[in-house]
This record gives sequence, C-alpha cells and structure tokens, in this order.
Amino acid sequence: MGIQAVAEIRNYTINFGPQHPSAHGVLRLVLELDGEVVERADPHIGLLHRGTEKLAETRTWVQSVPYMDRLDYVSMMCNEHAYCMAIEKLIGIEVPIRAQYIRVLYDEITRILNHLLAVGTHALDIGAMTMVLYTFREREDLMDAYEAVSGARMHAAYYRPGGVYRDLPDRMPQYEVSKWKSAKTVEQLNENRQGSLLDFLDDFTKRFPRYVDEYETLLTDNRIWKQRTVGIGVVSPEKALALGFSGVMLRGSGIEWDVRKKQPYEVYDQLDFDIPVGVEGDCYDRYLCRIEEMRQSNRIVKQCIEWLRKNPGPVISSDHKVAPPPRERMKGNMEELIHHFKLFTEGMHVPAGEVYAPVEHPKGEFGVYAVSDGANKPYRLKLRSPGFVHLSAMDEMSRGHMIADVVAIIGTMDIVFGDVDR
Amino acid sequence: MSEKLESLRQLLAEKLGDKVQHSVIANGELTVVVPAAEYLAIAYLLRDDPDLRFEQLVDLTGLDYSTFSGQDFSTRFAVAVHLLSVSRNLRLRVRVLAPDDSFPMLDSMCEVWPSANWFEREAFDLFGIVFRGHPDLRRILTDYGFVGYPFRKDFPISGYVEMRYDQEQGRVVYQSVTIEPRENTPRIVRDDNYGNSGRG
Repeated sequence: MGIQAVAEIRNYTINFGPQHPSAHGVLRLVLELDGEVVERADPHIGLLHRGTEKLAETRTWVQSVPYMDRLDYVSMMCNEHAYCMAIEKLIGIEVPIRAQYIRVLYDEITRILNHLLAVGTHALDIGAMTMVLYTFREREDLMDAYEAVSGARMHAAYYRPGGVYRDLPDRMPQYEVSKWKSAKTVEQLNENRQGSLLDFLDDFTKRFPRYVDEYETLLTDNRIWKQRTVGIGVVSPEKALALGFSGVMLRGSGIEWDVRKKQPYEVYDQLDFDIPVGVEGDCYDRYLCRIEEMRQSNRIVKQCIEWLRKNPGPVISSDHKVAPPPRERMKGNMEELIHHFKLFTEGMHVPAGEVYAPVEHPKGEFGVYAVSDGANKPYRLKLRSPGFVHLSAMDEMSRGHMIADVVAIIGTMDIVFGDVDR
Repeated sequence: MSEKLESLRQLLAEKLGDKVQHSVIANGELTVVVPAAEYLAIAYLLRDDPDLRFEQLVDLTGLDYSTFSGQDFSTRFAVAVHLLSVSRNLRLRVRVLAPDDSFPMLDSMCEVWPSANWFEREAFDLFGIVFRGHPDLRRILTDYGFVGYPFRKDFPISGYVEMRYDQEQGRVVYQSVTIEPRENTPRIVRDDNYGNSGRG
C-alpha cells in the first residue's frame, strides 16, 4: 500500500433535465464533462412532440389556426401570422389594410411579450431573481390586451386567413370589486381602462420606456450579469449563418438581417423602426439586442395606434369563399348562409401549389411551408421553427464552456419547447 | 421582386445547364428540381458561387407524394430545401426526388450547411429518408425505440401503440391502440374552378 501518485481522472456524463427548472421546458441534455468543462452536449428533444404537422393534414385549413398558438406558446400570434400568410399567398387574396395594421400591432405586442419572458427568465436562470418579477408585471398588461381582443390570454386564434377575427373593441374590460379586491384597489386598477383598447395600449406605450430603463438599471451594468454573459456563447458571423441562425441570434453576431426590413410583409415598409445589431456575438450582446428591440417594438405599436385611430374599415376579407360573412347578414341572406355553412363544414379550398411564408418571429425566422393539392386540407405542412435550429447548435456553442454557462446559453437561445418539438 | 427571381432563374439555368430538371416561379417563389445524383455538387455551387451565395439553409423537409392528387411525381419521396442568400436577399427552393421508393436515399447537406444536421435527422425520423454521409443519423423527435415513420401517408394518425401505467406490473407498458381514428370532415378535392377565390 503506497500513496497513489496519480489522481484518477474520470469524465462524467450527466443528464441535464428533462425536468430541470432552467431547461425552459422538457429538454434532456446529455452532457459529457471533463471536470466542470463541457466536452460534448447532446440535446434529446421530442418530449413535447405533438405531431402538429401531421394533425394539420387531417383538419381543414382554418381548423389548424389554434394549433399554431400552441407551437411557441409565448409568441402565439406570430405563429398564426405565418400560417395565415401562407394560406393567403396560396389563394392570392388581399388582406384589408386595417387588418394588416392590427396584425403588425399584435405582432409587436407579441414581440414585447416574448422578449419580456426571455430576458426575465434568462436573468432568473443565472441568478437575478428580481428581474422576472418586473417583466411579468408588464406581461400582465399585454396579456389583457390579448384578452380584450380575442377572449383568451394566450391561445388567441385571432388571426384568420383573410384578416383578423374581429375589430378592436371600443371598451376595455375592467376589474370588479370582489372578496380579494377592494373598491379602492379596483378604482386604481381601472384607471387606465376607462377608454378603448387603443387608449389602454397608448397608455402602456407611454409607460413602457420607463420600465425598460428599470430593467436596464437592474441588468445592463450589473457586474454579476456581465460576468455571466460577456464572452459566453460567442458565435462568429460566418458560423451564425452556417448554423442557420436567425433573428436576435443572427443579429447579435453582427449580421443585419431582419425579414421585417429586408423582405417586408404586411405594412412594415411603411413604419419607422430600427434594427439593433450586436458586435461580439455573445450572450450579453444578444441581451442588449432584445432590450433595444423592445424599445423599437414600442415605437411600432405607437405608430399603429395612431393609424388605427384615424382609419376605420373592414378587418377581414369580403371574399366569402375564404372568410365567413358577418353574422347579421348570414341571418337574413340565403347566399351568405350557404357560404357560412360550407365554410364551417367543408372548409375553404386552397389552390394546388406550394408556398413558404416566413415572418420575423421574436425568436428568429418562423416559416410555414405549405403544400396543397387543391383539397380542403393541407397536403403537407412544414413548420420551420427558429428554436429547433438554434438548439441544434447547442453542442457547437457550449463546447469548452463551464457547466454553469450551459444555462446561460439555453437562456440566450430563448428556447421554448412547443416551438422546438412541434 | 419577380424580375429579380426571373434573373435568378436565368442565372441558374446558365450555371447549372441541363442539371436543372424543372424550374418554375409560382406565388413569388422560385423552385428548382434537381436530380439526386447532382444534388451535392449543386449545393456546393449554390453556396460558393460568387453570383449565387446562398449562405444559409433555412429549412429542409421530407415529403411523401404517395397520395398527392395534383401533379404526378415519378417517385414517392422527396426533399425540399429552402435556401436564403443574406447578401443578395434572395430565397430559393430546391426539390430533389429520392430515386428508390423502398429505400429512399439522398446525399447529406451537413458538410455544405451545418444547419441541415437536425433537419435531416427529422426527415429520417418522420419519413425514413436516409442521408448518405450524415455524421449522426439518429431519430430525433419520436420516442426512444419507436418503430415506423409517422409522417408517411400510410401511417395512421392514431399510431400503432399507446402507453399506459400498469398497476400490477408497477411500470409503464406499451399496448396496441384502443382508439379508432375518426374523420369529421372528409378530404375533398374540387376541380380547379371551384370557389375561384381571388383568381377570378
């Protein structure tokens, strides 16, 4: 028996998840470690695979709209947008201009919703507990805006092929006195809900820049936050392109690419906004991009509110082979009744062809590749989700980093499993 | 936009010659169909040619044309690739038909565009299309030990097996499905002029 001269060195393989609070859902990450350094990361996904694409093949075109909400369940309306755009492109119908503005308005509200969650939970994951409490406070107001327009706080199913389901409400729902809320609290809560939805959002856009400043005082110059994010998960521009990155992940690496600017859809070409671009391509730059995107989205929301106030009009196509007729007309008109009946039983017929409709989703490029053979159901629907592509670069990005940085990298990718697994 | 696409189409015809089996502009998008044998060489050209520069593979997906009622594709399986040129602001769809219906095999795009890695694993998992030269062709979305290719048209929507917790054995067991697929709305293909929405 002597003293062992050489310490035994062993590589570890550990399971990160599938139930781990900072895995952002059901991610099973198999990590091969050398001490605390990651040698290989192998994400096992599919635990939330629901086969949306296959399900869509068995439903009529419009029946799949609510499935889109459930893909990326923190940016619901953007998913619907891509799907509706794909159908509209295949059929070749025009969306009324007011509906386009409403869509842009809600896309940007969704972007703020998503970034609030992304930044808040990213900070939570790497130690800044307070952040998420602040961001969820603002999310509440925006969720109320969702609810006012569609009746649902998350899974709205508000966009429809040909426009949006209905016009913006003139009255904002208000809190009522209850066992838990006194008359005084209710009065306070209802202060900015006296007018229409647009008044409520207008009030929000005025408050929001100050909130973003608050977040920045918490994080931007925070020493711990910087230690955890600066120089972590660096991606060079060439690599970002090769790995198929899009959205903030691509812009954080210094490539100026935004579908809203470069290949504008709806009315983005008539709105004034800037695209923030990072320099280093690390987690910190991507965080700064997200913060600035929220400010820019706020600007777009303001412009949309102004336009929507001045320009009333139809919000859904008047082509009743695609969009249902208004209910009042349906009650008194035979032809409208037939349209209504056919639309809700057999569904619309989409001409044969194939189309790829991309939108600038808060996480990156979300695309819908739809193949139709002229039936009332899609022949094949492929959902190109940004999270899937970003997660596929997990191995590349985390190799050589410490195990604690894996959490920072998952956070910066802004992974949501509904989106990755589909 | 359409002029840009038309010039891209001519450029591709020039560069690729008769390797392009078919090219069409529809719905504001350019689709080219290339033979499986030339697929990899064409991919390199599309990425590296200074006039083309498709730096990014945006999407890659499998397709099963076995019950397609429109156009007749000579083979059952195909792969559709969506490319994006960030520098030239152009998109392109490349379709490749997999030659053998019983064992569809195509070249892997992984060494050209690394982002193809998981997309090809997905196409393999869901359609059973095999990619030659893929570094790590494992199933990705389905369960460990899954049998079959769920997105093929002959795979029922309800699947073949279901899973439940067995009280006596004290573990989770697989059994054949006890539900029957139900179709509320039949799939109907009307003639071209039906509805005529937006095209009339």
